[in-house]
Amino acid sequence: MSRVQEIDYLAIAAPLLVALLGLGVLVLDAFLPPARRAVAGWVTAAGLAVAGGLLLPLVGERRATFCLPGDGGLPACSYVVDDLTLVFQALVVGGALVCVLLSLDTVRDSALPAGEYFFLLLASVAGALTLAASRDLLTLVVALEVVSLPAFALVALRRFDSRSSEAALKLFLVSVVSTAVMLFGLSLVYGLTGEVHLSRIAAALAAPSASEPAIVLAVTLALAGFGFKVAAVPFHFWAPDTYQGAPVPVAAYLSVVSKAAGFVGLALLLTEGFAPYADRWSPAVAVVAALTMTVGNLAALRQTHAVRLLAWSSVAQSGYMLVPLGSAAGGDLGAVLPATIAYVLAYAVMNLGAFSVVTLVGRHRPANLLEDYRGLGRTEPLSAFALAFSLACLAGLPPGLLGLFAKVVVFRAPVDQGVGWLAVVMALNVVVGLYYYLTWATALYARAPDAAGTGRPPSYRISWSDGLAIGATLGAALLFSLAPDPLLSFPPTLR
Amino acid sequence: MSELLLPLLLAVPLAGAVLLLVAPPRRGERLAVPFGLAVTTVTFLVSVWVTVATPETDVEWVPNLGLRFHLGIDGVSAPLVLLTAFLTVLCMAYLLRVRPEAGRLRALVGLLLLLEVGMLGTFVALDMLLFFVFFEVVLVPMWFVIAQWGDDSVPGGRRRAANVFILFTLLGSVVMLVGMLLVGTKAGTFDLTVLAERQGAGLSHTVQVLAFLALGLGFAVKTPMWPLHSWLPDAHTAAPTVGSVLLAGVLLKMGTYGFIRIAVPVVPDGARTVAPWLGALAVAGIVYGALACLAQRDLKRLIAFSSVGHMGFVLLGIATLTPVGLNGALYANIAHGLITGLLFFLAGAVKDRHHTSELDILGGGLYERMPRLGGLLAFAAVASLGLPGLAGFWGEMLVLLAAFDPAAGLSRPYFLVLMAVAGVGVVLTTTYFVALVRRVAQGTSFEAWRDAVLLRDASRHELLVWAPVVALVVVLGLWPGWLLEASDPVVRTLLGGRS
Repeated sequence: MSRVQEIDYLAIAAPLLVALLGLGVLVLDAFLPPARRAVAGWVTAAGLAVAGGLLLPLVGERRATFCLPGDGGLPACSYVVDDLTLVFQALVVGGALVCVLLSLDTVRDSALPAGEYFFLLLASVAGALTLAASRDLLTLVVALEVVSLPAFALVALRRFDSRSSEAALKLFLVSVVSTAVMLFGLSLVYGLTGEVHLSRIAAALAAPSASEPAIVLAVTLALAGFGFKVAAVPFHFWAPDTYQGAPVPVAAYLSVVSKAAGFVGLALLLTEGFAPYADRWSPAVAVVAALTMTVGNLAALRQTHAVRLLAWSSVAQSGYMLVPLGSAAGGDLGAVLPATIAYVLAYAVMNLGAFSVVTLVGRHRPANLLEDYRGLGRTEPLSAFALAFSLACLAGLPPGLLGLFAKVVVFRAPVDQGVGWLAVVMALNVVVGLYYYLTWATALYARAPDAAGTGRPPSYRISWSDGLAIGATLGAALLFSLAPDPLLSFPPTLR
Repeated sequence: MSELLLPLLLAVPLAGAVLLLVAPPRRGERLAVPFGLAVTTVTFLVSVWVTVATPETDVEWVPNLGLRFHLGIDGVSAPLVLLTAFLTVLCMAYLLRVRPEAGRLRALVGLLLLLEVGMLGTFVALDMLLFFVFFEVVLVPMWFVIAQWGDDSVPGGRRRAANVFILFTLLGSVVMLVGMLLVGTKAGTFDLTVLAERQGAGLSHTVQVLAFLALGLGFAVKTPMWPLHSWLPDAHTAAPTVGSVLLAGVLLKMGTYGFIRIAVPVVPDGARTVAPWLGALAVAGIVYGALACLAQRDLKRLIAFSSVGHMGFVLLGIATLTPVGLNGALYANIAHGLITGLLFFLAGAVKDRHHTSELDILGGGLYERMPRLGGLLAFAAVASLGLPGLAGFWGEMLVLLAAFDPAAGLSRPYFLVLMAVAGVGVVLTTTYFVALVRRVAQGTSFEAWRDAVLLRDASRHELLVWAPVVALVVVLGLWPGWLLEASDPVVRTLLGGRS
């Protein structure tokens, strides 16, 4: 047998292209005259669109590469492209594309180094794309770190801003601690099972074992790393400060793409690797979910800064996404996993919609307080409508049907699996959440304060990259509100 | 064609709302109300058409959720659909001349049209999740109507009243959603016709009781049932006239309709177990509402509290689980919608003229200063207290009759006690309405009001808007049969042929 592995280049084309593109942009930027710096951003956007196109030929197929031959059984593969992978890779590419569009003006206005900025962003995207396809512990960890490491630098890129450095430091410290804990857990898993491939770990764990307490400990520790990525309590402290300190498009990236990557990793680890221990980890996840949404919502009530509010709201939304995983104690993973996926997808659309408008307002009102949104409905009717609609979706109230359906899907999991208390906690949280989304949405349509006596505040000049980002997310939110089925129809083919 | 009829009923006001949204601001502002009147009139004509044609629509919407776009209309929903379309037309007609002080008519009319979509949708939905969606659609428009066009006469201001309204209702409806999902996942369908036919077959007793409690909480907040009514007085008092009319006239009915359409037929076992409690809370509401009314110092607040009492009767009728009780409940629903709608129109007219609705400041002498308005107020008050020959009488009489002979399995002596207490409530209701008429309409006017220039009697325009309501109150009082004939067969099916 040949020792050299066959590589399926089509399967890895998207992350490969994105990684090469990142290097290309970095080099390109060095040779561009200062007047043409904007080119780097456009190349990045175009490259991401091509990467999205590369996913198309993979639809409906299951491709695996980097495989070890199985002894008698199925080969164990490190990189698998199936429905689950593709859904998340599409989300990552789409979300990153919106973030890049929003970044174009930000990079110019804040005089950020374009080459480094887009290189770091693309590097992180490459990691997220790989994470969705990885099926062994090592690839998982490496991919997760590839998502995180460039993010520290991205957050810290506004060197002149001390808040930015503080944000990056917080992100870095929390990340390092949680990664260390996770590595400890994963090494325990490896030590106890002797396997790194998720499918083989599941098989090994399925057999009764004397070292059960050690396995439970290992699983718990391993969850910590992903708890950080998705900003679940108690690993959520970094989120508000980091989001606020980072450039707004980077905050959008962290809250959508990076969080989605965390969720896909978590879902893979729990439902593929640790499936036999569902009755052990699921109640723990349920408690984390309840705490996360409650803490997030209660803290969001008191926010006056738009990005901070979205940060806390995204913590709360993570709680909702964890609910289905917390209802899996019965072992019916096939029933609950699609609910989490559906919510992550819906969340990506509506949260990017909110962040697009927040980025736009932030350009004109750098303080970005909720006060700055008063009267936006009069001066910028379309942007205000886009934000109001996104907020309605996040609250889960008509006309935001997308969010409503996503919440119904999530509610169904605990009701189905008999975890009633979690459904009730979530119900209360949805009510709390409504309050701050609604307060914000109404500020948009309140009379603008014209203390200066200037009458109508001037309307914004919206660049077409911003317009494209707002239009695309609003279009997607409206479309999926009317026909949410495509988002909900991912019963991922597990193994 | 006929399957497009019910979607048309919802599409007309929705299209109207969207058109107003994109209309040019200046011209939109000027033409908003006539346009709204045209749209609601067309909607009303469509609602008459669907009542006659009784079409059905059933298409898949979100297969992954099991959500179907299933609409239908029958003897239980048709009167409520007509009532909704009718009251909305009147609200638009009222706005034609009586402009709210806050202005922004384009937005107000658009929101009222959206509200109409939600209200009509709730009454024609035959899928539980679809019902839930429409149930939620009304929240945001009504929130805006109260928060933007309301007044600050309530403690905490209109914003707080609107917030309390939406948070209470949402809390109820989210719990209701959990109940619906519980039933849906256990029964494998959300379709109300199928679930009503099964009469809870295949659902264990525990599931049924839990589901009834969860569903009931959502409906009870909306109805509202004592002690979950605390959102209602402030919301009604703060809301502008058209908001109060639709809130009392239609929105409250969504709760009681939910009990009859969903909670009772889908989980009948749960209903039987919880019915005695429901009856007790209903009667508590009747007495509490009446006592609270006796102590009110504000006209709009008094009418709001009277709703708590009237809705208590509706709930008592439902709690008996008999065809007589449910028919009575539905009848009382319609009667309350018309009479209380009228009362809020009148109270709004009084308030607009005096810039207050506090009884102490208003003083007596309405007959003297404004004979037509005073007379109408007295008429609406006696209709509301249930004078025989007017619409308010039949529903409450049927409910008391049903409590005299509740469904098999419910303790009869217990319901006799409830009936007796409800009877006391009737006496108290009569007392406060008579007291109200004496206090506001009779007697002589305060000096301050005598010379006031703005105190014109009801205009011809106002009389034209109110006349159809008055006529219907009389018609329903004299000929109750046709409405009961429509609802009776459906009610019997919903009760699964039980008597």
